[in-house]
Amino acid sequence: MSISAKTITKLMLVTFVTASVAACTTKKKEEVVTPTKPVEKEEVAPYVPPKADPIEKPIAPVGVVPGSQQDFVVNVGDRVFFDLDSSSIRADAQEILDKQAAWLVRYPAVKIRIEGNADERGTREYNFALGARRAEAVSQYLTSKGVVPARIATISYGKENPINTAANEEGWAQNRNGHTTLTEGAK
Amino acid sequence: MKPFMKRLNIWLAAAVVVFVPLVGTVAVAQTPLKGEVTEGVIEPMPIAIDINASGSDLGDKISRVVMADLERSGFFKPIDPNAFIEQNLDVNATPTYASWKTINAQALANGLATVDASGRLQVDFRLWDIFSEKQLLGMSLTATPENWRRIAHKIADAIYEKLTGEEGYFDTRIVFVAESGARGKRVKRLAIMDQDGANPSYLTDGSYKVMTPRFSADSQEVAYMALRDDSARIYIFNIETGRQESVGQIQGMVFAPRFSPDGTKLAFSVAQGGNTDIYLMDLRSRSTKRLTREPAIDTSPSFSADGSTIVFNSDRGGSPQIYAMNLDGSGVRRISFGGGIYSTPVFSPKGDLIAFTKQAGGRFSIGVMNPDGSGEKLLTSSFLEEGPTWAPNGRYIMFFREPPGAMPSLWTVEVTGRIERAVPYPGGASDPAWSPRLK
Repeated sequence: MSISAKTITKLMLVTFVTASVAACTTKKKEEVVTPTKPVEKEEVAPYVPPKADPIEKPIAPVGVVPGSQQDFVVNVGDRVFFDLDSSSIRADAQEILDKQAAWLVRYPAVKIRIEGNADERGTREYNFALGARRAEAVSQYLTSKGVVPARIATISYGKENPINTAANEEGWAQNRNGHTTLTEGAK
Repeated sequence: MKPFMKRLNIWLAAAVVVFVPLVGTVAVAQTPLKGEVTEGVIEPMPIAIDINASGSDLGDKISRVVMADLERSGFFKPIDPNAFIEQNLDVNATPTYASWKTINAQALANGLATVDASGRLQVDFRLWDIFSEKQLLGMSLTATPENWRRIAHKIADAIYEKLTGEEGYFDTRIVFVAESGARGKRVKRLAIMDQDGANPSYLTDGSYKVMTPRFSADSQEVAYMALRDDSARIYIFNIETGRQESVGQIQGMVFAPRFSPDGTKLAFSVAQGGNTDIYLMDLRSRSTKRLTREPAIDTSPSFSADGSTIVFNSDRGGSPQIYAMNLDGSGVRRISFGGGIYSTPVFSPKGDLIAFTKQAGGRFSIGVMNPDGSGEKLLTSSFLEEGPTWAPNGRYIMFFREPPGAMPSLWTVEVTGRIERAVPYPGGASDPAWSPRLK
């Protein structure tokens, strides 16, 4: 049985090769009869400078692309924190907001949304109002440092978007913040 | 043997001690609630409920719903039906009083549920005073069989009204926010259920966060806040039709909606440029008037029962407190003066009290005060609780409570603070809105 199976396979191969050769032969025949037109007018081809070869290109830096969301988060800082029931910009927040403003001036195509957040130790509606105050405080600071107001949108998320869900002072301190999200134009 | 009516009177006297001070506080605003409440003892009245149905378990189901309603009110102690000596009572015959006295029932409600030829459910029931040996109430209710729960709630309402003298509140619904998912990534959907937690269903799909729903006076419409990444808007949702519409094209964040008692106006907050003020919209003409112009936070408006006054939350004095003003924004006066932070003032539908949230000593409390701010009384307190809403009879307050790191859940507390109950719902639940009585 195994012998006759091999034989059949060989026979099939032979058939396939023969068919292929026949196909090649037919193609070659057609190519041979292509006619050529006589040259009526001589044209000088414009000079094409040789392409630079090898081509030099900078490679993307390892890590963060300047002007990107990641650049903003890692090298600038996208969040500033507030004291309890306060919307005053603290000294540590000023440092971050100065860097945010400088970065935004460098990348003028970027638009931002400032989101005011509050901790859970307040009632829902009051905290929406408090978050709105915090977002505005950040917006005004950035504007005072040269960011065009038209690039800034503000909103309050009240106590709805905690970043630290621990029910203690440490968690609440982190949840009292102003968060800057790049909504347009980041690389 | 003691006359039975007298024993009922003893129970009623105990109840009166609780009910009367509330009436008293309206007339004499300075009367402190606290002393009288500690003197009054709520002794729940033992009551037997026995609705029968031939050939189905509908009678038992109705009985169970009536018993659960009355138990949760705090004023009744339904007797276990297994203790009943007299079985299969005829709704058209006088009960054997002695057998009910033996098990110490002070009142008996018995009835019969039948389905007539046209398929309608009919429940006839009578309420008996076992000790004075007389009928207090006889009533027949009909509905389509799928509305058997509403019949049960109406029976409970009738019993509650007859025996306490207060308006019933069981045939009502709750619109609330159903919460799911981890904190920080919460899905918040608008949901509705019966007052006792039955028949829950969602009204929104969870693609955006929904908060602070509030009923209109006719119970068909709910105003709520929708929070998306880049906007906060108020919608009015019609429960019957499922249609909803955005309220106006107002710039800024719009939140904290509340209907006027006659349903013609909507008060709400608008945050513009970091400042939050209260606005009033005429819902027919859609004309909007700004009521406050302070650089302070002004939010959480709520109308008095007669519609003439708005109470609200403001930090214009330095810390969040409760203020009142006239409908045109004039006559602003501070009404909360206790130590701590006050917010979420909500007028009782009866107009006699304001419910509020107070923060002091690291805890949150739900309390009530008179419309002028006097007679403050804290009813309940925990790690975090807020969002009071009134039962239509002005006797109970529903709110939500959130233990540290846990899902929020709904609770009710009676205005004296002596009766507190969890509202059954299997998931997270917050921001309750108690409907008016259904029609």
